[in-house]
Amino acid sequence: MTRTAFTVNGDRHVIEVEPRCTLADALREQCDKPGTNVGCEHGVCGTCTVLLDGEPVRSCLLLAVQVEGKSIRTVEGLASHGKLHELQRAFIEHHALQCGYCTPGFLMLGAWCVENRPDITDDELRDLVASNLCRCTGYQNIINAIRAVLGTPQ
Amino acid sequence: MTVIGKRLQRLEDGPLVVGQGQYVANLSFAGELHMRVVRSAHAHGELRRVDASAALAMQGVAAVWTSTDIQDVPPIEFRPTRVQGLEPYRQPVLASKHVRYVGEPVAVVFAESSRSAEDAAELVAMEVSPLPPSLDAETSEVEPAVIRKEYGDLEHAFECAHSVVSLELCIGRQSGVPLESRGGLARLNPDSGIVELYGAAKRPHANRDMIARMLNLDPARVQLFEGHVGGGFGVRGELYPEDVLTCLGAIRLGRPIKWIEDRRENLLACNQSRDQRHRVTAAVDKNGFILGLQDEFFHDQGAYVRTHGARVADMTAAMLPGMYRIPAYRAIGHYRLTNKTPAATYRAPGRFEATFVMERTMDAIAKRLKIDPTEVRRRNLIPKEEMPFARPIQVLETDLVLDSGDYAALLEKARHTFGWDSVRRDVEMRRASGECIGMGLALFVEKSGLGPTDLASAQLLEDGTVEVVTGASSLGQGVETVIAQICADAIGVDYKRVRVVHGRTDRIRKGFGSHASRTTVMTGNASHHAAIRLRARILEVVEGKYDLPTEILEIRDGEIVRTDVNVTVTTLTEVAKISRLNAEGEFNSAQMTYPYGAHLALVSVDRETGAVNVLRYFVAYDIGRAINPMLVEGQILGGVAQGIGGALYEEFIYDEAGQPLSVTLADYLMPTAREIPPIQVLISEDSPSPLNPLGIKGAGEAGINAVGAAIASAIDDALGGEVFITRLPVTPVQLKKELDCSRTGSPQANSLAQ
Repeated sequence: MTRTAFTVNGDRHVIEVEPRCTLADALREQCDKPGTNVGCEHGVCGTCTVLLDGEPVRSCLLLAVQVEGKSIRTVEGLASHGKLHELQRAFIEHHALQCGYCTPGFLMLGAWCVENRPDITDDELRDLVASNLCRCTGYQNIINAIRAVLGTPQ
Repeated sequence: MTVIGKRLQRLEDGPLVVGQGQYVANLSFAGELHMRVVRSAHAHGELRRVDASAALAMQGVAAVWTSTDIQDVPPIEFRPTRVQGLEPYRQPVLASKHVRYVGEPVAVVFAESSRSAEDAAELVAMEVSPLPPSLDAETSEVEPAVIRKEYGDLEHAFECAHSVVSLELCIGRQSGVPLESRGGLARLNPDSGIVELYGAAKRPHANRDMIARMLNLDPARVQLFEGHVGGGFGVRGELYPEDVLTCLGAIRLGRPIKWIEDRRENLLACNQSRDQRHRVTAAVDKNGFILGLQDEFFHDQGAYVRTHGARVADMTAAMLPGMYRIPAYRAIGHYRLTNKTPAATYRAPGRFEATFVMERTMDAIAKRLKIDPTEVRRRNLIPKEEMPFARPIQVLETDLVLDSGDYAALLEKARHTFGWDSVRRDVEMRRASGECIGMGLALFVEKSGLGPTDLASAQLLEDGTVEVVTGASSLGQGVETVIAQICADAIGVDYKRVRVVHGRTDRIRKGFGSHASRTTVMTGNASHHAAIRLRARILEVVEGKYDLPTEILEIRDGEIVRTDVNVTVTTLTEVAKISRLNAEGEFNSAQMTYPYGAHLALVSVDRETGAVNVLRYFVAYDIGRAINPMLVEGQILGGVAQGIGGALYEEFIYDEAGQPLSVTLADYLMPTAREIPPIQVLISEDSPSPLNPLGIKGAGEAGINAVGAAIASAIDDALGGEVFITRLPVTPVQLKKELDCSRTGSPQANSLAQ
């Protein structure tokens, strides 16, 4: 077992993990953050996307011990004081989720985009959304939801 | 104040957008053991020996079982069917003397953590003497059943034919691949003594009964619970060996058992689908009217008969004639076993394949007779005046009666809304400037509302909300919202004040779950019936207490109003204090209801790489009556995306030794947003179903049904108008190979347009 410490949504967590434990499993099992779902465990589907020091990463491809001292944001950190994040509201309004399993990953991608690339073009946004897989929605409404929060491109 | 037909936001979304989904991996019980399945690495062989001693010696391992430990457990059942001869081919829960596909469960490990279970599973040694694998349904010698559907004088049709058109067509092996893998959490409830299985989906009641029979328990001693489900698409929620093992583990080991499948297992062991080869021959007169149609096909069932029996082959054979008259017809479906992962349903099972075959045939007839492809279809359509149209065959052991439809009107609507003629002009211009692009159209009939029955119970709760308990299941499609809208409409309350219960065998005595696009039709009408009766009871109570005739009472937004003076008399919350009110509703149906639609596609082809890019996609669909058009569109958008996967990308490939090569999501290519074009949906409500009071038909499979057919047609158009595409998916490698062959003039192995 190895001790590692990092912050999740601003809270410091000090945990004991096997070196082989992925960040996704550590978040789910030891940090009480089960909202990050795991879809493929090999980095293709992006379901487990979280923000690591502000950048989207696949938490199934990182070991928990690799994120020592870093700052993680998960879907649980989007809403604040019981108020949904504007992306969460947009996903509901635009019917951007069905089974909801991939939704946390797309929300984190979207959050990165809203915070870092408010000027993203439609074509770039499609590429960004193409980072992750969704099997229910056909993506159109996910793109519409993120675009609604970003506003019309200049 | 009807709320039916409104684009209302879903009731399901709240917990899902904040990371509070109750997916089975998120559930646990104190003291649980983790289960790991040890699977065959061989496609076919004699299982000589399984040695679990090293695994058993590992710290944290509670038990390891092989087939000898569960000899009293029978193979997994299939649904009742009139098809004879399937029993010998059922799948054992654990393989005993033979292994028949890579991924077949051979042993199972129970351990203190998922990691120790996985480590121990690696130590289970199995000795297998390999046997040659059978990997092609056409050459397979194991044929549990032949599905035959026929009517009319086919021989006469061929004697009278002006032309005969034949094609050989293949659809590769594909599956639903939900993003949540399978899983289960079973325990023996210490207080009630009941075996509880969490992580249920699709058919909780049927699976409860099957588990009870297999484990020799009273069905009342087994209960299934559904939380959130990360997608179904036909494959999730059927009864698999792992479901039985988790329950048996909980009983025998006396501790809760948790099993979460990993993605590799999911791609090896979860039901696969499609994988058919068809030889279709049509006899036509000089005007392109089909006089007779014959289709012989080979259905690759994989290694075992699973829960569906031969239903996919049955649906293929029955639904193939689609929207067309076809006076004489014969389908012969060879349902055969091979050494691949067993097969069953995947969204639009049998129909994705059948529509591809029928619509390719239509295109071939059009080419042969030099008639416009739309016109050939138009000439063969069943006219509105002939509805309901009884085709003298059965589908899923119900009479195939197309209940309502105006196919010609939908075709015109679709072409008009898509702007077919102006798109055609645009295509011609772009071709002139060197682009290789084409457009295609495919028509289809769906089936929905599979019976036989459904039950619902509506109850006015103390806080004035309504609880509706159903036998349905929710796989993510929006069941709670749709049922709430139907009940809110019938009663006169806000749909947010209706709470819908599903996937709970302990709450309702029977239920047929959610599959076959049945839920809105069957559970919807049962719930509607229950809600109407509950409303009547509410008004009776008000009548008694206030001495007002029910004729002048109405429920509006939860208030009981006197309509003659427009004054609120009381509220549902007050009524709930007077009396505990509930009502049951039931809906029975011996026939299915048949929605229908058209798919139109615009594609470009890169002749150098073989890549196909879908530029635009359009679906027109007549659903009879849409409860929530936003959700209907959602179903169609998602279905189209899966269909594009099936048309261009997705395939389970096996090498010559039967080793599966598609075992990661980097091998089994599902489309991303980059591959999906703008999709336009036209929902039409011209033909309500006469078979249910609400007039509704199902939505779940319309989006995927005709994608393979429409895209194939569009690729042909791009390439210059021959019937070229005879196999799905149309991968770049394959298309490039065929383009190169046709360029050099070599014969094509797979293109038999005569």
